Amino acid sequence: MDPSVLDRFRGIVGGDGLLTEPEQLRTYECDGLTNFRVVPSAVLLPTSTEQVQAIVRVCYEARIPFVARGSGTGLSGGALPIADGIVISLARMNRILDVDIPNARVVVEPGVLNLSVTQAVAPNYFYAPDPSSQQVCSIGGNVAENAGGAHCLKYGFTTTHVLGLEVVLPDGSLVHLGGTTLDRPGYDLCGVFVGSEGTLGIATKVILRVVRRPAQIQTLLAAFHSTNEAGAAVSGIIAAGVLPAAIEMMDNLAIQAAEAAVHAGYPDCGGLLLVELDGPAAEVAALMGQVREICTSCGAWELRVAQSEEERAAVWKGRKAAFAAMGRISPNYIVQDGVIPRTALPAVMSEIERLSGQAGLRVANVFHAGDGNLHPLVLYDARIAGQEGRAERLAFSILELCVKAGGSITGEHGVGEEKKAFMPVMFAEPDLDTMQRVRCAFDPERLSNPTKVFPRPRLCAEKPGPYQAHPLETAGIAQLF
Amino acid sequence: MVEPGSVDEVATLLRDASRDGLAVLPRGGGTKLDWGRPPRRADLVLSTTRLDRVLEHAWADMTATVEAGCTVARLQHALAEQGQRLACDPLWPERATIGGILATNDNGPLRARFGALRDLIIGVTLVLPDGTVAKSGGKVVKNVAGYDLPKLATGSLGTLAVITQAVFRLHPLPHETRTLTFAAPDVEPLCELALAIQGSQLAFVSLQVRAGGSVEPGLDVAFEGTRAGLDSQRDELLRLAASVTRVDPPASVWRAREALWQGTEPAVVGTFSVLPTELRAFCARLHEVGMAPPVGWRVVAQGAGVGQFRLEGAPSDVLIAALRGLRTAAERRGGTLVVLAGPEDLKARCDVWGSPGDALPLLQRVKQQLDPRGTLSPGRFVGGL
Repeated sequence: MDPSVLDRFRGIVGGDGLLTEPEQLRTYECDGLTNFRVVPSAVLLPTSTEQVQAIVRVCYEARIPFVARGSGTGLSGGALPIADGIVISLARMNRILDVDIPNARVVVEPGVLNLSVTQAVAPNYFYAPDPSSQQVCSIGGNVAENAGGAHCLKYGFTTTHVLGLEVVLPDGSLVHLGGTTLDRPGYDLCGVFVGSEGTLGIATKVILRVVRRPAQIQTLLAAFHSTNEAGAAVSGIIAAGVLPAAIEMMDNLAIQAAEAAVHAGYPDCGGLLLVELDGPAAEVAALMGQVREICTSCGAWELRVAQSEEERAAVWKGRKAAFAAMGRISPNYIVQDGVIPRTALPAVMSEIERLSGQAGLRVANVFHAGDGNLHPLVLYDARIAGQEGRAERLAFSILELCVKAGGSITGEHGVGEEKKAFMPVMFAEPDLDTMQRVRCAFDPERLSNPTKVFPRPRLCAEKPGPYQAHPLETAGIAQLF
Repeated sequence: MVEPGSVDEVATLLRDASRDGLAVLPRGGGTKLDWGRPPRRADLVLSTTRLDRVLEHAWADMTATVEAGCTVARLQHALAEQGQRLACDPLWPERATIGGILATNDNGPLRARFGALRDLIIGVTLVLPDGTVAKSGGKVVKNVAGYDLPKLATGSLGTLAVITQAVFRLHPLPHETRTLTFAAPDVEPLCELALAIQGSQLAFVSLQVRAGGSVEPGLDVAFEGTRAGLDSQRDELLRLAASVTRVDPPASVWRAREALWQGTEPAVVGTFSVLPTELRAFCARLHEVGMAPPVGWRVVAQGAGVGQFRLEGAPSDVLIAALRGLRTAAERRGGTLVVLAGPEDLKARCDVWGSPGDALPLLQRVKQQLDPRGTLSPGRFVGGL
């Protein structure tokens, strides 16, 4: 990188906010998806919105691509650096700026950790989106990925809880999208920005909505002989009109791993359901009775209700540690993140089993079963020649399976670097082109995380609309008057 | 007026109209055509009336795909056959269409529990003025692939694209519903109660405050659930509401805001959004506005701080001054006020939308990208878009 540009960066963030030594840069070469690695030219650690603006302005003038980074826990390579670009880490912008309990609003900088928001409003309120990485992932990263979590079945995703954003656009200008109040006039660009994976700019302030903690929370553990039985129970619960706070499912391999890692005390079974109900005590009691009956009628042979905060914590610890726990039973693994319509679960599960047998690789399954979000974990050993390639191919054929079943290639991890080649499986060219036009409105020079999400770049100067003229009155569908 | 019968016909029409430099005004049931500024031009009204099919009700997955011209009531009727609903309660559901409620972002009181339309829509088909047919989102509840264009379309008032189809997540019809209504001589204790309810652990689905210059203020709360759950919530609510009087809910209480479009003329109907804690101050300001010179007023507001009001029975000058005062009150802590319906001369002379803030150039660029020739509803939206 041009030394004069580095000098300008140093002038903005000081020597201590600029990393250029190869061994320092290595820390930033990947995010949570470690099989993609690129060492950036420099890493900057701004501490204020003004610094972010100044950095981005330099990038704009010198046409240097930048990648914003939160805690680096993303699982789709969204924060993967660009070799001739810089990484802007928001980790030092980690102040909670305002806590307004009567209005259930919290204003934070992007580097604030997800769990810190809940801690700031405890005990009566909580921040609902709870990705498994909530102890370490940042709100800025959550905004970029529209992070989900187990409880979004009832409470919605990050986008449901972000009311407003302060954003540094890729030309360095500052805009405010949304705000503290609902329904601000104008296009819902706050809604567009959330989940845009760092391609539209950098959020420097986030206005969040927090949720009143319900009177009662109960978590049911139900053990089934198979995931098919457990899946039938999920359908039964939903069909009965019950909307749990969360419904999670794990198969036997995932249970074994969780047990080995954190000793959650799960029953050794073919399919485990974790159903959490919350709300007024009388309502929870009535619905829990219903849920237990449905589980039993679908073949559950053990039912356990965790009621105290400690019991619940133990139950959730096993589930949230499930990905990392794979390390106990396999040297390497790939986490996938597909979504299917819930009713396709039995068919998709047996197809995954078939594919897994064909590839000679084990697949453990952890689901957000209520909303059909699958996390198949493809286990492999990178030391054995050819296994990694086979594992990647298996993971991708599972994704194709999800799209064929009417689902999506990602429910909460994002497209990032990993799945951009898969976007055309889900979207036609005009769909992607329309999204890219929106991107051109934000980032005409393609500087903000430019190589992610879309399978190929669009030049913003391209003239939209490849169409030829047709007469208006064709086929008698129109009358002009 | 044109009434295309398929998405392809919409695409052809738009492309040709755009090529010929015509201005197109998309229209659903026509219940909110006067919202926003009058378009600078409207050479062609594109009605979605013939696109009225419920294409799929995947009841076991709790999603539905519906064409934009289907009325809300017809969709709800179809969903109810499987005990489900689209959990929203917009104005005039018998006439309002799916495309129309999305374009106007018309959210009723059920939003308190189920979220706004932006939270219920999971997929959309848009036709751009150049004839591009673009889908975004999908048919599954959870999906982060690509940009969230369903949200971009929601509330865009027909200025970016024509919505031809939407996919929604659904909710079950409730086992039982119960509404409790409270009255007080003035609105202040009711606003306090609304805050207390929101700060409590009551799991209400709707919460609204009604007030006016010549009507007794009221507060309505609705619960859904099992009999046992409803009884215990009622008891807890009655403890919270000890200082106000419980009365029978008026008829059609959850459609109360529809009545704001009826009354003495000339009148103006507006919508506002304030922080929940500021609702009391906003209602107090409405009360002051009504005093001198006399202006009739009524308001129906959700506990979350969004609501609609009517000012009536005064000349435009007086109404405009009153609107200005109300907007200042709303904006004091980050709120907004928008004029929905009113006489043409009033709309021409007042700021219908208020300030779009520092995002205006970005809004303009989004419009420029999707509708570069200004074909759709030109001038109707905020900032002259």
